[in-house]
Amino acid sequence: MSGYFEGVLVLLAINVVFAYGAYLPLAAGQLNLGIAGFAAVGAYGSAYLSDTFAIHPILAIPIGAMFAGLIALLVAVPVLRTRGIYLALATFAVGQIVRAAILNLEFLGGAAGYPVSAFVGLPVVLGFALAVIVVVMVLFATRFGIALRAVQDDERVADLMGVEVRGFQMAAFILGAAVAGIGGGLYAHHFSYIEAQYFNIGLSISIVLYVLLGGTQTAWGPLIGATVFTLLPELLRGSASLRYVVFAAGVIVLMALRPQGLLTRATIQRLFDWRNPPIPGVPMASGRGQ
Amino acid sequence: MTDTSILRLDCIHKNFGGVNVIDDLSFEVQRGSRTALIGPNGAGKTTVFNLISGVFFPDSGSIFVGENDITGIKSGTRIRHGIARTFQNVRLMPHLSTLENVILGQHSRNRGWLGALQPVNLLPGNRWCEEARAGLADAGLGDYERASVGSLPYGVQRRIELVRALMAQPKLLLLDEPAAGLNAAETEELQIHLFKLCQSGDLTLLVVEHDMHFVGALCEAAVVLSFGRKIAEGTPDAVRDNPDVQEVYLGKSASPVSAASEKKEGDRASQRA
Ligand SMILES: Nc1ncnc2c1ncn2[C@@H]1O[C@H](COP(=O)(O)OP(=O)(O)OP(=O)(O)O)[C@@H](O)[C@H]1O
Ligand SMILES: [Mg+2]
Repeated sequence: MSGYFEGVLVLLAINVVFAYGAYLPLAAGQLNLGIAGFAAVGAYGSAYLSDTFAIHPILAIPIGAMFAGLIALLVAVPVLRTRGIYLALATFAVGQIVRAAILNLEFLGGAAGYPVSAFVGLPVVLGFALAVIVVVMVLFATRFGIALRAVQDDERVADLMGVEVRGFQMAAFILGAAVAGIGGGLYAHHFSYIEAQYFNIGLSISIVLYVLLGGTQTAWGPLIGATVFTLLPELLRGSASLRYVVFAAGVIVLMALRPQGLLTRATIQRLFDWRNPPIPGVPMASGRGQ
Repeated sequence: MTDTSILRLDCIHKNFGGVNVIDDLSFEVQRGSRTALIGPNGAGKTTVFNLISGVFFPDSGSIFVGENDITGIKSGTRIRHGIARTFQNVRLMPHLSTLENVILGQHSRNRGWLGALQPVNLLPGNRWCEEARAGLADAGLGDYERASVGSLPYGVQRRIELVRALMAQPKLLLLDEPAAGLNAAETEELQIHLFKLCQSGDLTLLVVEHDMHFVGALCEAAVVLSFGRKIAEGTPDAVRDNPDVQEVYLGKSASPVSAASEKKEGDRASQRA
């Protein structure tokens, strides 16, 4: 396998993990713009553990993810008190605080960055990504996953059905932070060097874009979104300077043509549901706002 | 209070922005009965449902379910006291399939995080999933299991909402205009279906409905509201003949029946819009 191809695959796998980190709270209707901050906690946490205590990365990365989840637990109570645009701003602030803290912590290298000596290769990265995909997919077939999406659709009715709305929102937020932490840990141990600047708001926004463009209706959306929008810029490499212009134009066109994202429930039904053909006269298109 | 009543409202007041929407309302619903709550538009029927299900708290007065005072209990836990409801404007979850909406209805019967983490919709054969599918099949909705609810015809959505509410295995089911937007044949089908559901005697219905034929055929008792006050109570026939009731429905001469049919036409018009 060529080094270039391998590099793209690693990037793809890490982006998919990040995307699921953003997807979990989004599925419950919460936009987390601090996702890069939680990724940073996972990256620095796991790197510090593997460097200082010589803990194997395969163990250090999940522990780093637990740190990210712990930070999310600490901020969840005040942050999740806000909603909508204010929630997005509050999570953005959390991300900024994490970054500022890292920049000022000497033992994490501060502004100079942090070299990571332990290394994980493509198979480990893919293994973690696959595990995240499977866990999230299964989770969305549980009562928990169904209730999360119900909370997004209609908080009031979900509450009347007995869904513990706040508890479920907190769980999604914390779990999403931990998943982003796994992505951060993989990044740190594959690229052998991390710096606070990488985990900026731009990263958070790209991750959220993967999810929104992929579609939030089903758990496949983040996978498709992250894949398409990691590979597309690579395919456009030929047109060097125009590459990102073409890419951005593509994003805008997609938003106009498929506001529900690339992959909707209706698409899935058409792709996979060969046993139950659509009922005549019943359109299968779906989504809110229709 | 008689020990045969499942629901008792006691001197309930509710005020919205200076308007007494519910004004000193008291009534009882007998266990195992099919009781109608009727009244003209804006009488406060939906507000009564919102008070019973905990969407709002009353300004004063008490609500009892059986022996329990539920007046101050949070909305999210009332379903565990056996109260389920449907909504005047169907409120299914558009992000969920029909089957997932019905599975959501079972939520209150499932306590704790371990239960919540059961993959109820992953592999066929899961007991919760099979129960939900059976519920849909019983209501003649088996074909719609995998469909997105948002795209289904309105009458089908209403029936799905009823199946969802039943999944909580309620003792008291509040139905807010279940026949609105249904045609005559569908309305009769619904009435027969509801009648059957109550045969076992474990389920009590409190139904808001404008269609007096429907009420007369289904219910044995009726409570009439006007401007938040109870103006009559009794069997549907007695209530229909009550002069006070006839007066609030479009003046003295009109009967609730004609008012109801006009209301239904209006509903259909707004449906089309
Ligand atoms: N949340 C609220 N805030 C303010 N006013 C409200 C609220 N809910 C209901 N009302 C008012 O209370 C009155 C009764 O409303 P309600 O919806 O209970 O009537 P209804 O009997 O269900 O009527 P309809 O037959 O049209 O459904 C109306 O005047 C309505 O505007
Ligand atoms: Mg109403």
